Amino acid sequence: MPAVQETIDRVKAIDVDQYKYGFVTDIDSERGAKGLSEETVRFLSAKKDEPEWMTEWRLDALRRFQQMEEPDWARVSYPKIDFDELYYWASPKSVEGPKSLDEVDPELLATYEKLGIPLREQEVLAGVEPKNRVAVDAVFDSVSVVTTFKEELKKAGVIFCSISEAVREYPDLVRKYLGSVVPVTDNYYATLNSAVFSDGSFVYVPEGVRCPMELSTYFRINEQNTGQFERTLIIAEKGAYVSYLEGCTAPQRDENQLHAAVVELVALDDAEIKYSTVQNWFPGDKDGKGGIYNFVTKRGDCRGKNSKISWTQVETGSAITWKYPSCILRGENSRGEFYSIAVANGYQQIDSGTKMIHLGKNSSSRIISKGISAGKSQNTYRGLVSAHRKASNARNFTQCDSLLIGQDCGAHTVPYIESKNASAQFEHEATTSKISDDQMFYCLQRGLTEEEAVALIVNGFVKDVIQQLPMEFAVEAQKLISISLEGSVG
Amino acid sequence: MLEIKNLHARIAEDHTEILHGVDLTVNAGEVHAIMGPNGSGKSTLSYVLAGKDDYEVTEGEVLFNGRNMLDMSPDERAAAGMFLAFQYPIEIPGVATMEFLKTAMNAQRKARGEPQLSIPDFMKRVKEAAGFLNVSMDMLKRPLNVGFSGGEKKRAEILQMSLLEPKLCVLDETDSGLDIDALRIVSDGVNKLRGPDRAMVVITHYQRLLDHIVPDVVHVLSKGRIVKTGDKDLALELEKNGYADYVDAAA
Repeated sequence: MPAVQETIDRVKAIDVDQYKYGFVTDIDSERGAKGLSEETVRFLSAKKDEPEWMTEWRLDALRRFQQMEEPDWARVSYPKIDFDELYYWASPKSVEGPKSLDEVDPELLATYEKLGIPLREQEVLAGVEPKNRVAVDAVFDSVSVVTTFKEELKKAGVIFCSISEAVREYPDLVRKYLGSVVPVTDNYYATLNSAVFSDGSFVYVPEGVRCPMELSTYFRINEQNTGQFERTLIIAEKGAYVSYLEGCTAPQRDENQLHAAVVELVALDDAEIKYSTVQNWFPGDKDGKGGIYNFVTKRGDCRGKNSKISWTQVETGSAITWKYPSCILRGENSRGEFYSIAVANGYQQIDSGTKMIHLGKNSSSRIISKGISAGKSQNTYRGLVSAHRKASNARNFTQCDSLLIGQDCGAHTVPYIESKNASAQFEHEATTSKISDDQMFYCLQRGLTEEEAVALIVNGFVKDVIQQLPMEFAVEAQKLISISLEGSVG
Repeated sequence: MLEIKNLHARIAEDHTEILHGVDLTVNAGEVHAIMGPNGSGKSTLSYVLAGKDDYEVTEGEVLFNGRNMLDMSPDERAAAGMFLAFQYPIEIPGVATMEFLKTAMNAQRKARGEPQLSIPDFMKRVKEAAGFLNVSMDMLKRPLNVGFSGGEKKRAEILQMSLLEPKLCVLDETDSGLDIDALRIVSDGVNKLRGPDRAMVVITHYQRLLDHIVPDVVHVLSKGRIVKTGDKDLALELEKNGYADYVDAAA
């Protein structure tokens, strides 16, 4: 049928080059630590003025990493990464420890402005309702350049700073929790991260405190041939609540860039952590050249009774995504949630999902995953739901929906379900659908253009997940999805 | 308003010709009914007018207010004022009816270079039109056509028609699947839209719809051609004697 032929042609002509954040910031920067070695690790650690225990922790991870082999079970393919060709440290020259925004390179501020990230607190205060304020930690290449609203958060007892600062200022907390959710040897990329992590955010919300504003980290990779290895650690003490959002972009480059992050969340009794991600790394050009390799380990530990951890992710970027934000439901009555929208277009490959490990009694979890594939992309949902012997009355509900646009893409669903307790109840629902020619024609007949029609239908498809995002970001996420799919339907 | 001249059209996939030279002129302010047996090409005619690409026009032309409509894409035809009420309205999961209405109205306004509707203006229009068609607020919040009953689907079509204010309305078997009460509501909705600047083409199997929407002209379509044209009494005659006379005539 002509509709289908036209779709194929349009998909062939797909222009992924419209990536909006593909500019490079021309900034004086320092790059060092090429190749993966003990020397590199020591150099990194020294750069950050780290205490001896931290250096040793890193070196231990490096030694373990050198014994490990790259896993190949994910449904993604890419040329082997040469870790000796990478730089492990890149930093804007002028910003080694800025005391205030005035010391930050104006080019950098301009970059974040271009990205729509407000770093000047006054500006944030000027236009926006006080309750909608968002504190931002901006990470540029390997270093955190600025963290906003620090003082105000401190008044509430909340610590929000870069992980480097936390290692120096709050060593007891960091030592207690770092690596306690994702052990050093957890997996290949997590081990690599443990050895060479550059910067990231640290959040500590004390007992009974409800964090007074949204916290956010904004990651940007600017330098060439540089890996970004961020490390985030969030601790919610008893009865605490925090909502955290991370956003990511990178310039358009021909080479692939590596991003291997580790995020650890710890929720104690009655605590709640809501973690949202809007990931828009450069996905590669229309021929599949360049783009970010995104190998990320994210895990939350519902350590206390009645604790709750909720992951929401909108993934539209990266050439390769390998990511499974998970929950360990250790506490009684603990709850884990995973809401995901993964959009793949062009030559993008996504292998993503979640793990819900039920250890505690009456623990419950919910997984809503929406995968959209267009172009020549491959999109795999991979998820594990397991109940241990002691996890009586564990409950899970999983819904996995895939939407295909065009003829040359693929959607795959790989659920693993393991129950060692007879009282556990796990439900799994999955659907795969296409945007039908009839739906398109109906929308066009009402006056929508093809792009408007696709955007409308896709937004309907992802609605359940968009509703989970903090209000401020829901609209942004919707726009992002539309942009990612531009030109995908004929 | 609408001039169809010697229109030939076939199914794109297998080249089966369905329309073998349709001639039809509909002037502003007129309501024309097209009747005919199953397989006579009624629905095909409506799809060809709306620009569905499952069909190819091989001969003839269609002028809409003097413009060659066959050169326009479906969304351009819609923005120019062509509306098709579907026999089987399509489900759009996750998209609230209200949201769909707003998106469609603003898309057409944008195409015509008009400003977007303000929210209060939009709400006022929707409430008024929905009230007349007995469409509840609850129904407007549900995803478009998903889980709608036959009657709800048809009322939603007429609601869209009222709000989009088209110049040419083509109604494809709008009476199918309606009980007597729903038929009356839908017909009232359609009649309200009759006016000197608007033309309507009502496609139906049965005369009963034409008791409610009284046409100015009635055509009989058989085997892809218009074989008989008359006034509203023609519909009554067909009701009594069936299509047999005309089907044979066309053969």
